[in-house]
Amino acid sequence: QQVQEDLNKQLFDNLVSFLRRSHSEFQEKTTEWTCRMKSREIPTAALVLGVNVTDHDLTFRSLSEVLQNNITPYIALLEAKDCPGIKNLMQKLMGQLMNCYVDVDSLEDEDYVQVSQNRIRCSMTSLTNWYETVTKKTDSETPSKKRTSSSRDWQSPPVVVIFKDMESFTTKVLQDFIVISSQHIRELPLVLIFGIATSPMIIHSLLPHSVSSLLCIELFQSLSCKEHLSTIIDKLLLTAQFPFKLGEKVLQVLINIFLYHDLSVQNFIKGFQLCIVEHFYSQPLSVLCCQPVDAKKRVNSLSHDQCENIRKLPSFRRYVESQVSEKQIALLTADNFLKEITQKLLEDLCVYHENYVSVLRCLHVFTSSLPKYPLGKQIRELHCACLENRVWETEEYESSLQLARMLNKSDLVTMLQQCVEIFVSSSGNEFDKTVEKLKEFLTQFQKLEAEAFQERDVSVSSQKELQKKTDLYHLQKTLLELKESRRSKKLTKFEMLRFEVVDYIDSLVRNYLVPADHKTLHEIAYFNTASVLRGHLNAAPRIALHTALNNPYCYLKNQALKSDGGRISNKAPDICIVYKLHLECGRLINLVDWLEAFSTVVMAVEGPNADAASSDQVDDIIHARFIRAVSELELLGFIKPSKRKTDHVARLTWGGC
Amino acid sequence: MSQPEGKGSGALEVKFVPDEEVLKHIADGAGIKVRKDKTQLTVSVKRFVKKLENISDDEAQEILEEKNYVAALGICAQDPVGNGSSVSGGEVYSFQTPKRSSKMAELAAELAQTPGQSVAPDHSECPEKTAKTPQSSSNFLWAEIVWKCNLILLFAWQRAVLRRYMFLLLMHVFSLQLQSKKKEYVATTPYRLRKRLAAPDPYLESESEYSASCSEEEDEEDQKEVSTVLSGRKTPAKTKALSTPPPRNTLAKKIKEDKMSNLVEEYFEAHSSSKVLTSDRTLQKLRKRRLNQQTLHDILKKAPLAYAAEIKELNQQHESLFSKWMLQLHLGFNIVLYGLGSKRDLLEKFRTSVLQDSVHLVVNGYFPSITVRSILNSITEEVLDHIGTFRSPLDQLEFIIKRFKEDSSLELYVLIHNLDSQMLRGERSQQILAQLSSLPSIYLIASIDHINAPLMWDQAKLSLYNWLWYETTTFSPYVEETSYENSLLVQQSGSLALSSLTHVLRSLTLNARGIFRLLAQYQLENKDNPSYPGLSFQDFYQQCREAFLVNSDLTLRAQLTEFRDHKLLRTKRGADGVEYLLIPVDDSTLTDFLEKEDEDV
Repeated sequence: QQVQEDLNKQLFDNLVSFLRRSHSEFQEKTTEWTCRMKSREIPTAALVLGVNVTDHDLTFRSLSEVLQNNITPYIALLEAKDCPGIKNLMQKLMGQLMNCYVDVDSLEDEDYVQVSQNRIRCSMTSLTNWYETVTKKTDSETPSKKRTSSSRDWQSPPVVVIFKDMESFTTKVLQDFIVISSQHIRELPLVLIFGIATSPMIIHSLLPHSVSSLLCIELFQSLSCKEHLSTIIDKLLLTAQFPFKLGEKVLQVLINIFLYHDLSVQNFIKGFQLCIVEHFYSQPLSVLCCQPVDAKKRVNSLSHDQCENIRKLPSFRRYVESQVSEKQIALLTADNFLKEITQKLLEDLCVYHENYVSVLRCLHVFTSSLPKYPLGKQIRELHCACLENRVWETEEYESSLQLARMLNKSDLVTMLQQCVEIFVSSSGNEFDKTVEKLKEFLTQFQKLEAEAFQERDVSVSSQKELQKKTDLYHLQKTLLELKESRRSKKLTKFEMLRFEVVDYIDSLVRNYLVPADHKTLHEIAYFNTASVLRGHLNAAPRIALHTALNNPYCYLKNQALKSDGGRISNKAPDICIVYKLHLECGRLINLVDWLEAFSTVVMAVEGPNADAASSDQVDDIIHARFIRAVSELELLGFIKPSKRKTDHVARLTWGGC
Repeated sequence: MSQPEGKGSGALEVKFVPDEEVLKHIADGAGIKVRKDKTQLTVSVKRFVKKLENISDDEAQEILEEKNYVAALGICAQDPVGNGSSVSGGEVYSFQTPKRSSKMAELAAELAQTPGQSVAPDHSECPEKTAKTPQSSSNFLWAEIVWKCNLILLFAWQRAVLRRYMFLLLMHVFSLQLQSKKKEYVATTPYRLRKRLAAPDPYLESESEYSASCSEEEDEEDQKEVSTVLSGRKTPAKTKALSTPPPRNTLAKKIKEDKMSNLVEEYFEAHSSSKVLTSDRTLQKLRKRRLNQQTLHDILKKAPLAYAAEIKELNQQHESLFSKWMLQLHLGFNIVLYGLGSKRDLLEKFRTSVLQDSVHLVVNGYFPSITVRSILNSITEEVLDHIGTFRSPLDQLEFIIKRFKEDSSLELYVLIHNLDSQMLRGERSQQILAQLSSLPSIYLIASIDHINAPLMWDQAKLSLYNWLWYETTTFSPYVEETSYENSLLVQQSGSLALSSLTHVLRSLTLNARGIFRLLAQYQLENKDNPSYPGLSFQDFYQQCREAFLVNSDLTLRAQLTEFRDHKLLRTKRGADGVEYLLIPVDDSTLTDFLEKEDEDV
């Protein structure tokens, strides 16, 4: 679990650093354009962030951090839910600004008192007053302390107000705020930043022209969430450093949730974390899922039980069966020998991962530029395909190879160069040969180029010859010859070489992109139970409820409840029967009829021995059971009391009103 | 004729179950017919088509559909319906079918004839056979038929769309004679039925008897209907009966296509008509006393819980997850439980077994007066030992967040039963709870029950909550949860309203009591009048004067204000501007009250 915590930390670091990178460009612009502030217009940045609202929090946090470090200490983050009215907005704004001021020079205690006083009457004037005092103080008191060069550019650092979710603010509040602050823009250099989830047009639809003309808007586009995702996948899954890996199905589930449900990178990370937790919780051998150095130590300290666990792994069994019989016995009986072998296998696995990643990238270089993307545009798709089964057996791979054989030279050369880079940068030492080979290909291509010049000369000369001969017969003859030669010659040297290259890549793929389940001990590093994950992240409570009501046998394993298809037996729990009966009804249900039907069903169970004489007692019980079932249905939201007719309830689902 | 007439009154149960049964009989006949006269099939199709030409277009369409449906039922014995355990969408989410009350009688006639004819062999053969020799070969034949019927029934469920036609027809026709004699039904449940149920296979029995109980009456009804409604129309019933099974595959395919394309239309059709077709019976006429909460509770306690063993097993399954829950809670996830059945006991068990030594807060969301504020209050007061009030829940939340951030040793487990309850499902309260749960040292574990509960969370809240979903279907009854729900059937406000009535009145003067009595009596006299608007003020004043209770308009008004303040009176202005007075208490309570008053006096 320590390992896992490390992973989490790294995960977030990655994300934050990435976000920072994406914003650095943006900040440069901000600094530029805050300089040229206009008299009445408030400089405004509209930041289009995309629909993945949940990720915005992180973005804004890092953004304000960066701004605070580089530009101005005065930053206020406002959220729509805190600001139902202009008064609350001002309060919030003041609070944040003054608190942050206090943070900056925490020596002055009186200021704190001042803050609390100010809170009582928050207005723009008090804000400007405050601002003046603050700037004066920093100017007069601490000229030496005056931080960073950026703030020296303009004597007064701007106050940045960030509206996190602009769409959810009330328009009235926004308008008021903008109008008011535009009045004070001379005294108070204000900069607004709007976070926008939909499209930049929203500003104009939210604000009337008179207000929006007060703003000087500049648009910024943050990177799309898809790109975030691919960087994360790149950094987490496609490296050999993380011992923990996702199985094919799990990855597919996570990506599907991302693409079809929320587009939220945070949720993706959450899913990933959950995978880690599940893996370490459910797989006893996950202790071995750590950095190779630790793994060796841990293997040595394995107990007998854990050794037995290893022996039980299906992939290990497969491995044992492929060995000679003496070795089999040794593996199955001697713990020490087993440990040795395990160490070796783990190392193999590690090496496999290293090779896998680089070859995968290499293959991606080839396939990502092919027309129609038979193996997918993104590297994650390729990764999934490779994890699923032997990629070279798939049709898509065939077709992509076909297409690769038709690449032109310049593309091929650049791709080869990229591959060389990838291999060189990868740590695996097995690739020296590969690099050499690829370099050889490159030189051959260069040679070819030189040859091609010559060839062209030749062909030109031959054509000249052709022109000389004006005889019709000869012309025909030469043309035929040419045709024949073309057909027989088939492949130029370039084509030959191209085939060679593609074949070589193919051989690499066959060597290194073996799906992980074919590897021994893959269970240690791979998490594969996608159903658990789906159940926890993407649950379907309605389906569960309906199955329970429609088919109680799914949960209660009693033979009496077993039934086919849509029928339920009459011995089912009361609520199921009542539910079934209510499905037969229209929008309104007569309670009396319902009760009647219910008691018929229940009486049938009780059988013929329920005589009319003793039925009074029974009736009460049935009545009570019915009441309970109906009120349970009400609790579940299937029905509600209706006033349209006495003793009727309205149905709320599918066909209800 | 007379015999079915007598039994006919018991056919009320038709309401909910019958159509499958009718179909079953149709299919019975069909099945037999199919075997016997396969050669005649084609002929009968033609005849049927001819018959249709007489009827107007749309009618014909409807009938055709009906026939198709029946035909499909005949086929379905061979049809591979086996979709196994997976519940198909059609089954789970079926639309209600449109209701067309017009032409119902005719359609009923058309329809009713089929069973009328085909049932005959069924009736004459099966009971005797099953009664006589259970091991005979004919019995085997019967079993076979039943087996087929079951398959047909399966199919019938899926055909929920078309089914409603029949159901409605029957209902409509019967409602003429259906009166309150249904009690007889229990006694007259035909011996035949019981015998049949005792027949071959227990498994089949459980399958079919659900709806079987009322089948017999219905058939007789059908027969009777045929003869009464259609007595003038002496169409040879035989041809009609034969016409049911025929056109095979092509039609079946058509039906499927129809079904798909019609689904949307049917939805809107179902919603377009505002007419509600249900019977007019009320619980009042049921001659059964309403149960109050206490007796209900007692009775239910006496009744044995079904499938206790299985439920226990389910619970044990869930309990094995406790340690996992703890781990995941500590890793920053929050847990939400869903699934049918009360999850209260499960959470209680979790609390007692795991959380014994840690600070935890249990929130009974189903409690009708719970608010977010009270939750926050109990956190600040009980957990944080803070005395003092807050201006708004948001301030309070901020305070809590601050405290928890400052002191990392502070940990709190929050268990919420029914997070989706009436009081907590509001947007603002969910927002606050979500923010609370996003604190790393607050661990939230909650349960939801409502089918639409997940709709209350948007993306932002979901990410704050950071849920892990766990399906915990327990099938245990919602005892606590529903005890607060103002159930429709439970006698409400009975004792409470009565006692408040007596208490308030006891504090008033004798004259005031008299005034109230007058009004109450008048209201009870008019209790059978559904459009009773209340007593007009002028009339009431007149009456009061006659009884020497008030001497002026003003004094009466003063008294009435008193009543109004205690919610014992409601005034309504009628269309003519006259003030009407009404006691907003139900009649039975009022009667009880008057009786009690009489005793006192």
